[in-house]
Amino acid sequence: MTTLAQNPINQYSRILSYGASRGNTIVPNDDLVEKIDSSDEWIRQRTGIATRHRADENQSVTDLAVEAAKDALHNASLTGADIDAVICSTITHPFATPSLAVLVADAIDSRCPAYDISAACAGFCYGIAQADALVKAGTARNALVIGVEKLSDFIDDTERTISFLLGDGAGAAVVSTSDSPGISPTVWGSDGSRFDTVGMTHSMLEIRNRDFVAHPVQEGEKIWPTLRQDGPSVFRWAVWEMAKVAKQALETAGITADDLGALITHQANERIIDQMVKTLKLPETVAVARDIVDAGNTSAASVPLAAHRLLQENPELSGKFALQIGFGAGLAFAAQVVVLP
Amino acid sequence: MASKEEILAGLAEIVNEETGVEQSDVQLDKSFTEDLDIDSISMMTIVVNAEEKFDVTIPDEEVKNLKTVGDAVDFIENAGK
Repeated sequence: MTTLAQNPINQYSRILSYGASRGNTIVPNDDLVEKIDSSDEWIRQRTGIATRHRADENQSVTDLAVEAAKDALHNASLTGADIDAVICSTITHPFATPSLAVLVADAIDSRCPAYDISAACAGFCYGIAQADALVKAGTARNALVIGVEKLSDFIDDTERTISFLLGDGAGAAVVSTSDSPGISPTVWGSDGSRFDTVGMTHSMLEIRNRDFVAHPVQEGEKIWPTLRQDGPSVFRWAVWEMAKVAKQALETAGITADDLGALITHQANERIIDQMVKTLKLPETVAVARDIVDAGNTSAASVPLAAHRLLQENPELSGKFALQIGFGAGLAFAAQVVVLP
Repeated sequence: MASKEEILAGLAEIVNEETGVEQSDVQLDKSFTEDLDIDSISMMTIVVNAEEKFDVTIPDEEVKNLKTVGDAVDFIENAGK
């Protein structure tokens, strides 16, 4: 009986490097407050955000993704020829197809498999889960994961629930084979019953048909999907439900909060981070990523951008455990413990 | 089963811990937003802590109806029955 050949499996994987690219314009709160009848103080008090990076018309979502990808490759001392898969998480690539990932693969001179995933703010951690599985299954030696958003293309400047939080950027990671465990099993999931809690205002078909029951479209009015959220409801879920997921990720990894070197949450709102730290009863020795203060909320890009910065500012964290957790529209979430490169 | 007075006292403790508002200022006729200057995020934290303290469930959609401290006390009292 002939049997099918299988790839030799790899026992372990790890994150070999992170890379980053930030929007080329720094936007302070004062530039946004007039249109939402607010103030710098109000935004800082409710979100912790002082500025956000945004990309101007000369910096596309592809530019951000490629720059972060190349930075991660450089930091791993690899080239495109070494990469066996490219996974992009984005909700702001303006084509339903082809994917953004194929453009990134092309830009690094690779013809490897490349595809996008849609898991919004959980997307980078979803991507790490997939890359971890590809590497361990022997499907890839090195996989490139990119979380990238140009959210400023999908906001309404007059909207008060989420637009002022948002920034643009890309973060990337190379996931590779390893001699020792470097990525724990991912705790992940979704809750589609809460599809409307955070997301786009309208479907593409509604826009094509100019068919908004709640908001009749005026002749000549520009229409475009933008982001909205039920902030308090998302806050409650993001803190208390995600704290349970974070605890589960630690248990699954076989460690406790005392073993952590860093907590890298999705950078949605600094008050979510503060409350999660409190709820998890993290010891003061754990470094907590707070990139949000001057980068804003960059959805899929926020976890790798925060990780990249934390390592730049605290190189002694290399080799330590970090709990990274992403959560957002879907309501999708994913958490894993990684050994920082 | 907690009495109305016990619920008010417990809620005042929670509000004080989250916002620093004096417990004596947390009275039945006070509006959370207008009188006590509590924003929507702090309100959610208060709700979650109240759920734990009084062993009740306060759904997200119900939170929007809790305009005054009295509304919250009544809801918790009825939810606990």
